[in-house]
Amino acid sequence: MLTIRRFEERCNQLYMQGRIPSTLHLYIGQEAVAAGVCAHLRADDYMFSTHRPHGHAIAKGVSPRAIMAELYAKSTGCCKGKGGSMHVGDIRVGMFPAVAIVGGNAPLAAGAALAAKRLTDDRVTVCFFGEGAMNEGAVHEAMNMAAIWDLPAVYVCENNLYAASTPVSAAFKVPDMAGRAAAYGLPGVTVDGNDVEAVYRVAASAIGRARQRRGPTLIEAKTYRLCGHSRSDPRTYRTKAEEAEWAARDPIPSLGERLKQRGLASDDSLATVEQAVASVIDDAVHFAEESPPPEPEETLQHVFWSPEV
Amino acid sequence: MAQMSIAEALRQAIREEMIRDPRVFCIGEDIGISGGFGGAFTVTLGLSEEFGHERILDTPISEEGLVGVAAGAAMAGLRPIADVQYGDFAFNAMDQIVNQAAKMTYMSGGTVKVPMVLRVPVGATSRGAQHAQSLEAFFAHVPGLKVVAPSTAYDAKGLLKSAVRDDNPVLVFEHKLLYGSKGSRSERGALSPVGEVPDGDYLVPIGQGAIRRPGRDVTIVGKLLTVYRALAAAEELAREGLEAEVIDPRTLVPLDKELILGSVRRTGRLVIVEEDNLTGGWAAELAAIAAEEAFDWLDAPIKRVSAPDTPAPFAPVMEQFYVPSAERVVEAVRSLF
Repeated sequence: MLTIRRFEERCNQLYMQGRIPSTLHLYIGQEAVAAGVCAHLRADDYMFSTHRPHGHAIAKGVSPRAIMAELYAKSTGCCKGKGGSMHVGDIRVGMFPAVAIVGGNAPLAAGAALAAKRLTDDRVTVCFFGEGAMNEGAVHEAMNMAAIWDLPAVYVCENNLYAASTPVSAAFKVPDMAGRAAAYGLPGVTVDGNDVEAVYRVAASAIGRARQRRGPTLIEAKTYRLCGHSRSDPRTYRTKAEEAEWAARDPIPSLGERLKQRGLASDDSLATVEQAVASVIDDAVHFAEESPPPEPEETLQHVFWSPEV
Repeated sequence: MAQMSIAEALRQAIREEMIRDPRVFCIGEDIGISGGFGGAFTVTLGLSEEFGHERILDTPISEEGLVGVAAGAAMAGLRPIADVQYGDFAFNAMDQIVNQAAKMTYMSGGTVKVPMVLRVPVGATSRGAQHAQSLEAFFAHVPGLKVVAPSTAYDAKGLLKSAVRDDNPVLVFEHKLLYGSKGSRSERGALSPVGEVPDGDYLVPIGQGAIRRPGRDVTIVGKLLTVYRALAAAEELAREGLEAEVIDPRTLVPLDKELILGSVRRTGRLVIVEEDNLTGGWAAELAAIAAEEAFDWLDAPIKRVSAPDTPAPFAPVMEQFYVPSAERVVEAVRSLF
């Protein structure tokens, strides 16, 4: 969680300094979801992410160096500079290029789960999306097929209360996304997405169910993006009071406090973790800064797959 | 060597590929239901009895979902052959075809492959505007997709096998009037070209066109149904002393440009016949290629014979007006001399 937070805080700084092009969809505030779910995944499990993928990528094991280099548009990036922020991934650790079409990843995840069911005994597929995706037809089609074929898939809906600027109240008549699972005949469970232990427990059950080939699950993690939707978002569609309320529930300090209360961490040990994380981020930034940019003509490569790569 | 319709040749290709490689499977609507149709045009008829319903996988009516499932399954190690019944329904699946399947290899820096086949029946057959379109140009426009369009039974088997073995998304366009489907799924007015198809394994390579009839005076390029319109026109023109060379590109992406341009350089004249609407069609692209790369050899303007810029009509008399006829091809050729 801390690596994701500090990584993205640094991304934000670098973006403001003009070191990183494009836009950024930051995950700040939602880290407990990626961390709690991905803690159960192996490198050979599949994961699909969204236009807000940095947290999922780090939690799945994509190297921070390769992600940062991709954000820097360098040829050492995890997509060789072809993907950018919204498409980071690394199939060597089970993460396909993130899908930046809202809901477009849900059928792909069902397909990967179908392949995993046919070809392996226990590999699972996790698909993350925001609550905005719950109104995309592709998600309904995919969850229905996952249900009828008992696919080893776990759909994780991160309900951060806003689809860009649109609040859930303007887009849903129902309060809980998880309730929609009943329409497909699969289990749906709502969890506090700011409590990493709660997410961990719910994910253990859902991923275990998929590993044992007992079918898919929809998890709804209620959370909040503490930053804007993207880099050009002044957040005037929500109140400072609401933001302050959620900031008080920031998943990272609350976990630190809990660990200290249980005697599992101290200020010193947490500071050590901070230092270790900082050195990972420093190393990633250094790697990205020092990496060569791609040649313009690399544009023409990888349109089709070739075995030499 | 057996005489076969295109539907039978496609079925044999699928069957042989499924026996050869256990990762190959079919996915689509109404393709394997016991007592059902075997797909909209009988291509998968009987295969679920042989291979079971896991490998002839019937889906709900969810085109975007099923094409996405095929792409995801391909990304994770299977080799799907997906089917959208009528090409028009592929529009429901545009995100999965164009944004997902076509771009995954590129966005991953060449590390993810998507070895999937999407079978797309096209062509006007008296069903009105939403079961009639010729979609090849839409998809030939999208980088990352290969596009094939077999017009004979031999090519149908050989190209479908090549498509299954390709490590990229391959769209296989099939014309409804060429299937030769039998029984209740047969088409009124179908040409049903039956041809010799070798038993067992052979491939028609993706990217190689074919000269269907040699000639020295004009090059006529057709695809799918319009290959036959071009051949009929060539017969008529021969009676007038004009020898037309008829070329079937067979693959649109990657295009066998040299075959077509070589012919144009020999004949000095080019007529392109397609069933798609005129504006922005594949014929326009080929005309541009010829103008850029064979201009100095051209003795006359390039002519396109296409459907007009209207939706496909229902009334047979209007549909016959809409789909390019051999007579229109003959007139186009005559206008160049």
